[in-house]
Amino acid sequence: MRFGVVTFPGSNCDHDAYHVIKNVAQREATFLWHKETDLSGVDAIVLPGGFSYGDSLRCGAIARFSPIMDEVRKFADAGGPVIGICNGFQVLTEAGLLPGAMLRNQGLTFICEDAYLQVANGHLPWTGLCPETIVAPIAHHDGCYYADADTLARLEGEGQVAFRYCDRSGEVTEASNPNGSLNSIAGITNARGNVLGMMPHPERNAEAELGDASGAWVFRSVVKAFLEGEVGR
Amino acid sequence: MRIRVHVTPRVGVLDPQGKAVGGGLRSLGFVEVGEVRVGRVIDVVVTGLSEEQALARGTEMAQRLLANEVVEDFDVHVTAG
Repeated sequence: MRFGVVTFPGSNCDHDAYHVIKNVAQREATFLWHKETDLSGVDAIVLPGGFSYGDSLRCGAIARFSPIMDEVRKFADAGGPVIGICNGFQVLTEAGLLPGAMLRNQGLTFICEDAYLQVANGHLPWTGLCPETIVAPIAHHDGCYYADADTLARLEGEGQVAFRYCDRSGEVTEASNPNGSLNSIAGITNARGNVLGMMPHPERNAEAELGDASGAWVFRSVVKAFLEGEVGR
Repeated sequence: MRIRVHVTPRVGVLDPQGKAVGGGLRSLGFVEVGEVRVGRVIDVVVTGLSEEQALARGTEMAQRLLANEVVEDFDVHVTAG
């Protein structure tokens, strides 16, 4: 199984994702420059964190014009697994691959801290092996997830909420919501479940040197789902 | 000809920046201040369009890129020069 990690101008977490795929998930990884249009050699795609195009206009708004994004859309439509982390999540919403949008954090500050995440749906390609809670750092200024009431009801009803911010004991409370996201949403999928967007960074807590390594389960989950034929083109 | 697009947070969508600016204004003694919403202005210079065409094109630009209608409203104005 080979992962493609997309590098947009301004991506800065592409090497972290690449490292975790290679050394923790122990799968092949390759960087894909944003002008690439051939995805035939990859089985999963990572849209990494960073500041694509300097966050011009709105976070993620310009990256959707990168040539690779048309191919990412086709890849996702065909059932291929795609994960957008932080800025990658913003790119997925701006490109229309995931519903909703990200607002400025409710407290107006850039937040950089560990976040406890309740795995709201543990039966997704990206969460199948995850324990009930994982820890993944957040580092964002615009991470307050918003969707209109109908969209939110659909996400909740169809099990498309993958992760919610919670406290250490796994409880979702007002105090455990760092940025004001509706329903404490930290990550969602598309209707099919193959496209995941999440603001926290699982790749930054995938090794014991950096924490409890629980972020690695996100990557291990999709490897298992792919190898067992549950997800893929 | 210039297309000016005002983009503001959609009514009903939380605007923490507006809230903070409103608090700042009240702290300065502007006690009359109610709700404040912070948006952006985008000026686009275009050529070869009638005023009517510019309005239509500006609206399309706003819908397709300049505003994110999930969370933002916009209005479009056209001026000479």
